[in-house]
Amino acid sequence: MALKARHKRFILIAIGLALVGLAATLILNAFRSNMVFFYTPTQVVAGEVPQGTGFRIGGLVVANSLKRDNDGLTVRFAVTDTLKTVPVTYKGILPDLFKEGKGVVAQGKVGADGIFVASDVLAKHDENYMPPEAAEALKQANAKNNSMQSNAALAAPK
Amino acid sequence: MIPEIGHFALILALLVAFVQGTFPIIGAARGNAAWMGLAKPAARAQFLLIVLAFFCLAYAFAAKDYSVLYVASNSNSQLPLQFRIAAVWGGHEGSLLLWALILSLWTVAVSFFSKHLPDDMRARILAVMGLISIGFLLFMLTVSNPFERLIPAAMDGRDLNPLLQDPGMIFHPPMLYMGYVGFSVAFAISIAALLGGQLDAAWARWSRPWTILAWVFLTTGIMAGSNWAYYELGWGGWWFWDAVENASFMPWLVGTALIHSLAVTEKRGSFKAWTVLLAICAFSLSLLGTFLVRSGVLTSVHAFATDPRRGLFILIFLVVVIGGSLALFAWRAPKIGRGGKFDVVSRESFLLANNVLLAVAAISVLLGTLYPLFLDALGGGKISVGPPYFDSVFVPLMAPAVFLMGVGPFARWKQAPLPELALRLRWALGVSVATAIVLPLILGQWTPMKGLGLFLAFWVIATTANLLYQRLFVTGKSWQTQVKAASRSWWGMVIAHLGIGIFVLGVTIVKSYESEIAVRMHPGDVAHLAGYDFTLNGVKEVKGANYSAARGEISVSRNGVQKTVLFPEKRLYTVTNMPMTEAGISPGILHDLYASLGEPLDDGAWSVRIYYKPLVEWIWIGCLMMAFGGLLALSDRRYRLQKRRAEAN
Repeated sequence: MALKARHKRFILIAIGLALVGLAATLILNAFRSNMVFFYTPTQVVAGEVPQGTGFRIGGLVVANSLKRDNDGLTVRFAVTDTLKTVPVTYKGILPDLFKEGKGVVAQGKVGADGIFVASDVLAKHDENYMPPEAAEALKQANAKNNSMQSNAALAAPK
Repeated sequence: MIPEIGHFALILALLVAFVQGTFPIIGAARGNAAWMGLAKPAARAQFLLIVLAFFCLAYAFAAKDYSVLYVASNSNSQLPLQFRIAAVWGGHEGSLLLWALILSLWTVAVSFFSKHLPDDMRARILAVMGLISIGFLLFMLTVSNPFERLIPAAMDGRDLNPLLQDPGMIFHPPMLYMGYVGFSVAFAISIAALLGGQLDAAWARWSRPWTILAWVFLTTGIMAGSNWAYYELGWGGWWFWDAVENASFMPWLVGTALIHSLAVTEKRGSFKAWTVLLAICAFSLSLLGTFLVRSGVLTSVHAFATDPRRGLFILIFLVVVIGGSLALFAWRAPKIGRGGKFDVVSRESFLLANNVLLAVAAISVLLGTLYPLFLDALGGGKISVGPPYFDSVFVPLMAPAVFLMGVGPFARWKQAPLPELALRLRWALGVSVATAIVLPLILGQWTPMKGLGLFLAFWVIATTANLLYQRLFVTGKSWQTQVKAASRSWWGMVIAHLGIGIFVLGVTIVKSYESEIAVRMHPGDVAHLAGYDFTLNGVKEVKGANYSAARGEISVSRNGVQKTVLFPEKRLYTVTNMPMTEAGISPGILHDLYASLGEPLDDGAWSVRIYYKPLVEWIWIGCLMMAFGGLLALSDRRYRLQKRRAEAN
């Protein structure tokens, strides 16, 4: 049952294409289900965030908001974009550069009680550096603040 | 004065690079021997000029010349000398200078070890490397000059980022760059071959040693970076799928595909167009990696600069180099011609499958790294793609690649009957399946992932052992003769493949059986992990050259017998006021014990994190075996013969 060379080549190409197609499906699927979106504290407070799946928030750590539970490992702090504030809990050791009043990004889920349970806390890498997500949250809040001042009627608190 | 000499040397180097990049290429096209002959002296002159510039910058660092902006931004008078020197590549401008230096080092090496090449080929290769050099020198001289003066001079420097104040900083970046930039040789050879229309087996044979050497450096560089992250970042991870790591991993994946397809092109004449494409891609990804890491588009410790002009320059440079070389490829590739035919089941087809899988893996990493950046740039919002994406993509892509790696070396070129293959591999299959089932049952908790990982690890090890056995003991000759008869490149392959097995085994075991605890400890408290007792004896203040630290002393015992003492530190670098965790690690062949200090809590207690990492060192041992295999292959007789033959002519 000697196959013609042309047929063999065809089989090889068909197998190759099928595998590449499979790989593409797999990659895109994995990509879609593992994308982590970013939200600002304002969006979290407004309830514009997904329930049950993880996302990231960014902003500044509110001064004097850092509290430690009795186990010494669970920490509570608040993240703000200067408009709204989200309470966060995290169990674990905070990164070296985590500081009150400085920029922070946290990844996790928000519970029914509105508390953000962080699985990861990322802080800036040096004194002058602000995580882009945190900078973005402050920028958006700033823009919103300006538009609120010009159009106070629309800015009824939710 | 010294910085101005460096600056001037760079300007001269740019002029020389223009000569090197243009005249020889035109000369090769017109058959003008004098113009082609310019390539060699130009390459050497350029090298000397860049070395001079590099020494000028290093001198400015060593002499604490804070009237140079780059020196003032990246070092400090209290910084120890070895780190002041390493700080040369601690920031954006200096690391580009290192890039240019290493490029000219490779170029000069090509100019010396290319006696066996035809004149036009050598002229074209050196010219292409000169063209790349123009891009980097122009970049430094226009938007990121390391010699820029700071007037008035700073009283003292702002210090090097404390994360970088580590011996890892001395070795990791130069190694990595040697790898990145080393792919420029394979790239230049491919472009030269496309230009000259000279795509035969000889071209693949010239390319191979250079590509392997670059790959060895890249492997070692990535390994050093991973090891550095493991002990420096204090949370015991060894790979984070961080965009900067991905930037070095993509060229590695494509480079690995390239060294395998080069083997096919050299031995069988097949895959020519594909090999050329891979060489272009490997270097393009290296350039992209430089762009990602050095332009500040990423949110990472490695991205020092945030200057849009720089980003624009590199972007244009990338488009010119990648677009230009792909266009050249599209134009010339149809002339390359078909290689030898092969069957659906043959060594060629196994290597092709391995190549496709590696390339797809590189594309998946590229997607995960670049898509968030594109989305952000287009105003689509900020997203991140974390380790879960890479994990879920990588396992299904690499598992078949690793499986085929065990089969490939047994398959014959052209045609390999499946029944014969199955017969030769049945023992290896039995051993690895049995291990994959039994070992987790002994160690505890069988899961499909553990089973798969162990199966693949032992599959590679068992097939490679089988390959050795059949080569050494079944031939009828004594094994000593057979050891000598086997070529060094064959031994290189065996050791590199075994390295993959060791690597997979390390990854599987550490992922499956590592454990950690985070505890609050007073001096005298004992924590228990993996059968060991960790006693915090106390925390002392210690002073370093440019930091003060709290150093914990944790003695580790098992069943009352003291095994080791760990000294984790929490440092505060005084100039930058940055805290830094320095882990205390007791490395071992079977497991690492790892402790890092968290924060001081009230009443003298500390939060402490302790890790038990079984076989974690095997990850890096595996990488070193791969690199060593590459070195062995490089020392193969064939490449020396080739040189000697050329010298005899």
